[in-house]
Amino acid sequence: MADKPIQGEKRVFMTGNEVVAWAALAAEADIMYGYPITPQNEVMHYWTRLAPKYGKRFLQTEDEISAGFTTCGGVLAGKRAFTATAGPGNTLMQESMSMAEMMRIPTVLVVQQRGGPSTATVIYSQQEVTMTCYGGNGEGLRIVYSTGSHQELYDYTIKAFNTAWKYRFPTFVLGDGYQAKMRESLYLYDPALKGIKMETTTPYLGLEGMPGVDRDPSHLRNTYNTEEELYEVVSDLVAAYEKIAPEVVEYQTFNTDDAEVIIIAHGVVTRAAQAAVKTLRSQGLKVGHFRPVTLRPFAAQQLRDIVKKAKKLVVVESAQGQLMKLVKDAIYGETVPIEGYLKPGQGITGEEIVEYIKKGM
Amino acid sequence: MTKVPNMPKSWRVETKPHKFCPGCGHGLVLKALGEAIDELGIQDRVVFGCDIGCSLLSWDFFNVDSVQTHHGRTTPVVTGVKRARPELICIAYMGDGGGYAIGSQHLVNAAARNEKVTAILVNNCNYGMTGGQMAPTTLPQMKTETTPYGRDPEQTGYPTQGPEMVAAITREGSYVARGTVANVRQLKGFIKKALQNQIEGNGFSFVEALSGCPTNWSTNAKDTWAFIEETMPKYFKVGEIKAPAKKEE
Repeated sequence: MADKPIQGEKRVFMTGNEVVAWAALAAEADIMYGYPITPQNEVMHYWTRLAPKYGKRFLQTEDEISAGFTTCGGVLAGKRAFTATAGPGNTLMQESMSMAEMMRIPTVLVVQQRGGPSTATVIYSQQEVTMTCYGGNGEGLRIVYSTGSHQELYDYTIKAFNTAWKYRFPTFVLGDGYQAKMRESLYLYDPALKGIKMETTTPYLGLEGMPGVDRDPSHLRNTYNTEEELYEVVSDLVAAYEKIAPEVVEYQTFNTDDAEVIIIAHGVVTRAAQAAVKTLRSQGLKVGHFRPVTLRPFAAQQLRDIVKKAKKLVVVESAQGQLMKLVKDAIYGETVPIEGYLKPGQGITGEEIVEYIKKGM
Repeated sequence: MTKVPNMPKSWRVETKPHKFCPGCGHGLVLKALGEAIDELGIQDRVVFGCDIGCSLLSWDFFNVDSVQTHHGRTTPVVTGVKRARPELICIAYMGDGGGYAIGSQHLVNAAARNEKVTAILVNNCNYGMTGGQMAPTTLPQMKTETTPYGRDPEQTGYPTQGPEMVAAITREGSYVARGTVANVRQLKGFIKKALQNQIEGNGFSFVEALSGCPTNWSTNAKDTWAFIEETMPKYFKVGEIKAPAKKEE
């Protein structure tokens, strides 16, 4: 058996899907369950080639419902288990992720967003924000990292395993088709080299000792008999989520201190937004950018503090206002006008943001 | 003098009496399973998964690690456990709706992949928990809440032949049988062989158990028993359907 998959640190040039497979290996993931859907397929292609060399496993399931539930099973068995999907596959996985939410099963799911609704395109979009944050018949008790580069795909896939196992909420890495298929330079590294210690995993089922003799059996359920019983369970879940949220929340700001116009964008679109701010600043225009990294939980207070001095917010996204809904929810009561530059299922360049902002100033 | 009946060692006494309706067959199937677990000495290695529907009421039935899942999704959950920890003995316990309708793709594909898990499916010809609707196993002309004038095979097909289907798609190494709560000793034998098959790592094992639902059938004890013993076997043949070839001594 080979040693650590990544020794030290090395510069590489590869696609985002390959990055995810390497990150899962570096994070000491034990098993991947998956079902083919574009644009995430190469996560499986690389995992199936690399994993056996390091004693890791893979199961190709019959559909995404099964991929989600087998992932839950792997985690319940005490292993770092993950899956990856997109679009309609993400829709099918909401059922299992809702069970993960209820039973605090630390699953890791990498989503490479494709166009929607329905089958739409296999290319790119940011239309799985609402579903990834709030899908399922539940309360959205998940952690969602929206990445914007290959380096972040690597960093946050590793981090997702630790976040999931530390806080015991299903954790998502929300990428997109551009990040999945594009090649880009990044550093792969051994997490230990950066002082990252992988959280210990513990089994929920198949514990040591004779149940009923040495210990109580592990009896796990997600169904309850009375309204009062359920209310108590969900209240506890919500309280636990709200307690950890401030520790988990991540965001970035670019030139927001004196900004009159603030561009809000997430994922790969942050790169266009950052480029636009640079250009507009060089022309003397007071424009800044706020980027939520976690979409759940959302940096609500931080955004509220920033927008107080602004004259206008412009939400830029490759969806018809899914990020905008999160923003409005976060800053409810603020009077700053909000505009949307919304292109569902289509990429957005820095140049077109510059043009849009200048027209409105 | 009160005499407590003998319970399998792997049963959890604290959760008895169980939660099933009077006359329900689940208790008998779970007794057969409990005794099989005892006799094989695997209580500390079993992971028991139960489905949605009446089977969920078994979530705290045993002194074994257990997980109650979603409707139809128990097969993938225990498959996920088994793939991650092959040393565990994984059981998926479900009803006919969970196995043959909403979760049929999981049953078919777990069987086709020869997953080293054991599925036990209770066939009572209807959906019990939701109030007696037609199931894939409802008999022709049988009245249910969604076939109030009787199941019309022209409109809704014939009862699913589950074990026969599983036997048809599995290869060597699988174990498939249909037992009945009318013969618990035989049923226990089937379940024991199914578990043994998993222990030996041969392949997928599947046992369907014919069972009764007096609550939704609206039958008294005599009629319930007559339906299980006489009517159901006309459509569902009891016996071993597929067993791995005996290894040469």
